[in-house]
Amino acid sequence: MTASLVAQVAIGGLLMGLVYALVAAGLSLIFGLMDVVNFAHGELLMLAMYAVFEIHAAFGLDPLLQLPLVAALLFGIGVAIYRLLIARALGVRFNTGMVQIFVTFGLSIFLVGAAQLAFGSDFRSIDNGVLSGRTVHLGQIVLPLPQVAAGLVCLLAFAALMAISRTEFGQALEATREDRDAVALIGIDRDRIFSLGWGIGAATVGIAGVMLANFYYISPTVGSNFALIAYVTVALGGFGSLAGALVAGLLIGLVEALTALFIDPSLKQVGVFAIYVAVLMFRPRGLFGRL
Amino acid sequence: MATSPRPNAITRRRTRELVVGAALLVVLALLPLPIAGTYLRGLMVLTLLYAGLAQGWNILGGYCGQISLGHALYFGIGAYTSTLLYTRLGIPPTLGLFAGAALGALAALAVGWPCFRLSGHYYAIATLVVGLMVLLLVQNWGFVNAAMGITIPFRTESWVQLQFRVAVLPFYYVMLGYAAIAWIVAWVVEGSRWGYIWRAVKDDVAAARSLAVRVFPSKMAAAAISGAIVGAGGALYAQYVGFIDPDSVLGLSLSVLIALPAVVGGVGTLWGPLLGAAVLIPVQQLSVAWLGSSGNGVDLMIYGALIMGLALARPQGLVSLFGVRSQAGGEVVDDA
Repeated sequence: MTASLVAQVAIGGLLMGLVYALVAAGLSLIFGLMDVVNFAHGELLMLAMYAVFEIHAAFGLDPLLQLPLVAALLFGIGVAIYRLLIARALGVRFNTGMVQIFVTFGLSIFLVGAAQLAFGSDFRSIDNGVLSGRTVHLGQIVLPLPQVAAGLVCLLAFAALMAISRTEFGQALEATREDRDAVALIGIDRDRIFSLGWGIGAATVGIAGVMLANFYYISPTVGSNFALIAYVTVALGGFGSLAGALVAGLLIGLVEALTALFIDPSLKQVGVFAIYVAVLMFRPRGLFGRL
Repeated sequence: MATSPRPNAITRRRTRELVVGAALLVVLALLPLPIAGTYLRGLMVLTLLYAGLAQGWNILGGYCGQISLGHALYFGIGAYTSTLLYTRLGIPPTLGLFAGAALGALAALAVGWPCFRLSGHYYAIATLVVGLMVLLLVQNWGFVNAAMGITIPFRTESWVQLQFRVAVLPFYYVMLGYAAIAWIVAWVVEGSRWGYIWRAVKDDVAAARSLAVRVFPSKMAAAAISGAIVGAGGALYAQYVGFIDPDSVLGLSLSVLIALPAVVGGVGTLWGPLLGAAVLIPVQQLSVAWLGSSGNGVDLMIYGALIMGLALARPQGLVSLFGVRSQAGGEVVDDA
């Protein structure tokens, strides 16, 4: 095993880690805002990937050019989910915590079924995009271009998310997060902030989905794998923390790739979960968790 | 519990529950006799199994308020324990059942020890992750046939071995006994000192602690009872189906299936798990049979929509339709 192979695998893992971080960021944003864990988060990713595939098949539009389109589409889906389901789940008077969990679980089952009905259960992939089949050479290290592009775009999206949190809107988000009742007194419409939060959370997953569709298979259940990693990322980084999601995502991508290389590819997630359990033993709130 | 009812009112309610329970047991014992179809009887076997499993989940998730999304772990441990004891050592499943329950309880303690320090969503996700970690390890563990699973060979018709040529009717009574025992355990703990302690821990950890309630041991006790009931259910399921593999007895969807009847029926109530199973399992199985045979996903859409609809329309559970007040009260469960 040469050093360049290890470096290549490690960089590949970090690039995937950026995708995990962006998926987790959407989850973390929504959680931080209203204490709701979206168990249908992976299905949003799946919907974005199918949207890319279908638009590509119908109009020949390259996945990369679909970024704004699919992000906007997912923004709309996120707002709709908030308006139709989550706003109601937040309004129930009994067992609020449990209702949120099972409403989003129900939604995830529903969306998997809907995808099976609409798109069939076959695995699909896009292999004739602009990025497909190209590689990037850095000395002896060879990296597939779709993965490199995915990592970079996710990093940019992450930076944009960080920038948003610095704006006035971001401060309104933060204020709503800290005291969702008091913000009404200073003229912030809580319902509007919450639905924007869902829109942005879903749009970030949409961006990750577009980039993944360039090199990852697409199926109705593809979301569950990524959602799982996203829950671990968020819990590891600390719920509600963007920086935590980035660090944890990179760590998970790296551990996953190295476990696959040095131990066994089929155990790559065991390595990830073991790190998570170990961290939680010493820091129950995650690496960057507040409270 | 701001206005606690007079003690004799509680005693009257609990006696009434026992009478209703006994009457229901008689009805359920007679129910499969006029229903001859193997399919419908099989449906009833599954419903009773999930009623028992959800009753077990409810002890930790309902009364004690620790929302576990990893109960498939205890189910799988029960299933693998009794199956391995039977296929490798010839120990009858009627004994293996207890070994499965014991290991289920031990596993629940082992998961609880690190995880009970976490609260709210952190706890739920930790249980989910631990469950999946074990799933992945078992899928790669040659000693238990890895992802291939284990087939339980048919040897002889016997109640001790829990093997029957035509398995459905005998297993109906096995599962009825299982669900009944789970119900009785829930009835006993509901009225016990532990039952009150758990509800106090669930409603307000800080207040419970200030009243000298030892929170951690009480959660561990709930976990052990819960894990034992679900472990025993796993052993019975393995014997009923005759084949187990990691996906079918350790998967994430199973963890959700174990919790759902309690959630839909009424969290932290005696009748919720039973009622929830009676609604959810037939709907799920029948929609698969009628609509999902071609794998077109309509069955999943119906099932998902049902879960969303019931959770939103009846957050206090279906038991509220019968005038039973959810013991969870109106408080937010999440203490994160």
